Amino acid sequence: MIPLDLNTVWFGLVGVLLTGYAILDGFDLGVGALHLLTTKDEHRRMMINAIGPVWDGNEVWLVTGGGALFAAFPEVYATVFSGFYLAFMLLLCLLIFRAVAIEFRSKQPMRWWRQTWDVSFSVASIGCSLLFGVAFGNVIWGVPLDAQREFAGSFLGLLHPYALLVGITTVALFMMHGAIYVVLKTEGELHEIARGWINNTIIFFIICYGITTMTTLLYLPHMGQHMQRYPVLFVVPVLTMLAIANIPREIHHGRDFLAFLSSGATMVGLMALVAVGIFPNLVLARPNPELSLTIYNAASSPKTLFIMLMIAVIGVPIVLAYTGSIYYIFRGKVKLGTMSY
Amino acid sequence: MDPILLSRIQFGLTISFHYIYPPLSIGLGVILVLMEALYFKTRDPLFQQMTRFWTRIFGLTFALGVASGVVMEFQFGTNWSNYARFVGDVFGSALAAEGIFAFFLESGFLAILLFGWEKVSPRMHMFSTVMVALGAHFSAIWIVVADSWMQTPAGFHVVQGALRSRAEITDFWAMVFNPSSMIRLAHTVLGAWQAGAFLVLSVSAYYLLRRRHVDFAKASIRIGLVVALFASLGSLITGHESGLVVGKYQPAKLAAMEGHYPASAPAGLTLFGWVDEERERFVGVSIPGLLSFLIHGDASKPVTGLHAFPRQDRPPVNPVFQTYHAMVGIGTALIGLSLLGAFLWWRGRLFETRWLLWVFVFAVLGPQAANQLGWFTAEVGRQPWIVYELMRTTDAVSPTVTASQVLASLVMFLMIYLALFMLFIYLLDHKIRSGPLADDLEVAYHER
Repeated sequence: MIPLDLNTVWFGLVGVLLTGYAILDGFDLGVGALHLLTTKDEHRRMMINAIGPVWDGNEVWLVTGGGALFAAFPEVYATVFSGFYLAFMLLLCLLIFRAVAIEFRSKQPMRWWRQTWDVSFSVASIGCSLLFGVAFGNVIWGVPLDAQREFAGSFLGLLHPYALLVGITTVALFMMHGAIYVVLKTEGELHEIARGWINNTIIFFIICYGITTMTTLLYLPHMGQHMQRYPVLFVVPVLTMLAIANIPREIHHGRDFLAFLSSGATMVGLMALVAVGIFPNLVLARPNPELSLTIYNAASSPKTLFIMLMIAVIGVPIVLAYTGSIYYIFRGKVKLGTMSY
Repeated sequence: MDPILLSRIQFGLTISFHYIYPPLSIGLGVILVLMEALYFKTRDPLFQQMTRFWTRIFGLTFALGVASGVVMEFQFGTNWSNYARFVGDVFGSALAAEGIFAFFLESGFLAILLFGWEKVSPRMHMFSTVMVALGAHFSAIWIVVADSWMQTPAGFHVVQGALRSRAEITDFWAMVFNPSSMIRLAHTVLGAWQAGAFLVLSVSAYYLLRRRHVDFAKASIRIGLVVALFASLGSLITGHESGLVVGKYQPAKLAAMEGHYPASAPAGLTLFGWVDEERERFVGVSIPGLLSFLIHGDASKPVTGLHAFPRQDRPPVNPVFQTYHAMVGIGTALIGLSLLGAFLWWRGRLFETRWLLWVFVFAVLGPQAANQLGWFTAEVGRQPWIVYELMRTTDAVSPTVTASQVLASLVMFLMIYLALFMLFIYLLDHKIRSGPLADDLEVAYHER
């Protein structure tokens, strides 16, 4: 049904990198979004140290995803980042603030110092999640492009209701993911508090997801066209729903790690839904879909795509192997020590 | 205001700020490998203390490097979209390779370095330290390859598409090993080692002068001095070789570095002075015939000067001249300092020569300044081209981004970076004042 050419492979690989980013930095951002819900300093330190050894490695997925997009689909890289200029600068600013807040928060004991960084950490995490969602919302909804493949809209035009809806859904998703991660990595009082967050964030996420799905079906019929033609693809939304439903079930049985895996599977499912919906477009042009950037007209030469594939074939298994090992080394509950944040 | 100029200022600001940190990570990475290897072999608590202290400093510089580096990965798209469209096929792959081969390695294993002391075996910890240092160097490889391709493009052809033309790769290895990449890489990495080594020298000299952590400081100085001496002498050699490559492939840049105008005449090696760009002449001191001699081995052979190029193809001359000469001056001073330090160490008087220790305390700024100045020479010297003789910088900016937008982001970066820099200095100072902790001796290797 789909010709498996290099362009399609790279569509998939960029998707894999972004999904990897969502799953991994998703819980960092979620932990940040939940951060201010705790009041004790010890709890806040445990929250930060739960993501301490891994957050900057997780951010590398975004950087590499950006590099892969540049190499494989330079036209998309150029159009999107110059078109979404102010939104993107804001995102970079928030990412810097998050990094700095994690790094500097616990370096001084003063209350005002820690409170300032706690607020920065949380606001930056929520803002990043929202902006990632808004960006995805715009990709799904479509953006105004001209014949030169340049963005022809405005910054405020990007903040339309559908994009904001996807943005809020992303915040909810990351908060749920982050809450499960906190439960997984902590014990004692904070562990019990975080259990309460899971229930609330799951409900929040399911409501957002339901509304987004309805809106998409009503206003964006193109997102379902491949599924209409190839009913076998309907397995994607079904599996996604099952993954979501499995989260409260695993939590109820106290199997926190399986709940975390389910939450990760939910993200894979959601990304797959978006991918199936937009294929073969990367950026849908509105109102003239013939101006869209596709995996063919926006791609690098076949030679470059092949070279990049070789780099990925060599590099990605190694990265997965040692990333997995590092997560294994840092398995178990967080303990605070002198090297901690 | 001009969006091109603003975008250039923004790029210059963000890359200069970012480049404070990677050289420290690269240089400290090497030093950490040496320190931990000594600990690994001897299990001497002194080396354990050193490894742990300098790992903390490394962690701080790495965090700042990541925070400021994310901006760099996306700025080609945000501000230089026409450039990104033109070079993406070639340049993008180097950048993506950097992500896959370098960043994951460095960030992943750094977690073990910082937080894994009691979780992994000594062998694994040592291995992680090597991987972190390797990751930092891999990063340098790919980014210098990408930049060198902009200086001396190779392994590509220009293809005319429906909307616009673009460079497409024809030979990946020719792109990677373009004429200037390997020598520039060597020069860049040695500059980074100097940055790391002189930081170690500075902090340790300070401790000695204050008579604190004396054994720790002496041992650190010895390691720092070995790396500093090697890197400083290496910078001289690679710098010379690099100059020859510039002369061969980018003669306009070399002419600007030396303020040499005559289209084809023997050239002297300028020592210091001023280039009068209005009247197109150099005023100052030079050694006659030496540049010709260094390039051709013959003082009477001609060197191509700026008059051989139309005005619109020349880089700004005096800024390139001054930054280049300042870099060379500082580099020479660092060689002198390292040699003097090594000599006094040999004579057994290094730790009593207080004035030299005071010089070491401040010499940490030397490699930082030389690294920045060197990049200014290389990048301003490439102007007016963004890709040498292929694409002009003025044609490379994003057409949709307005001056007011760039001004807004520029002001934002300026404020954030100022705050970041103050915090960096504050925390570095804090870590240095705290010095090696008692705890550094308690948390030893995790022996199973």
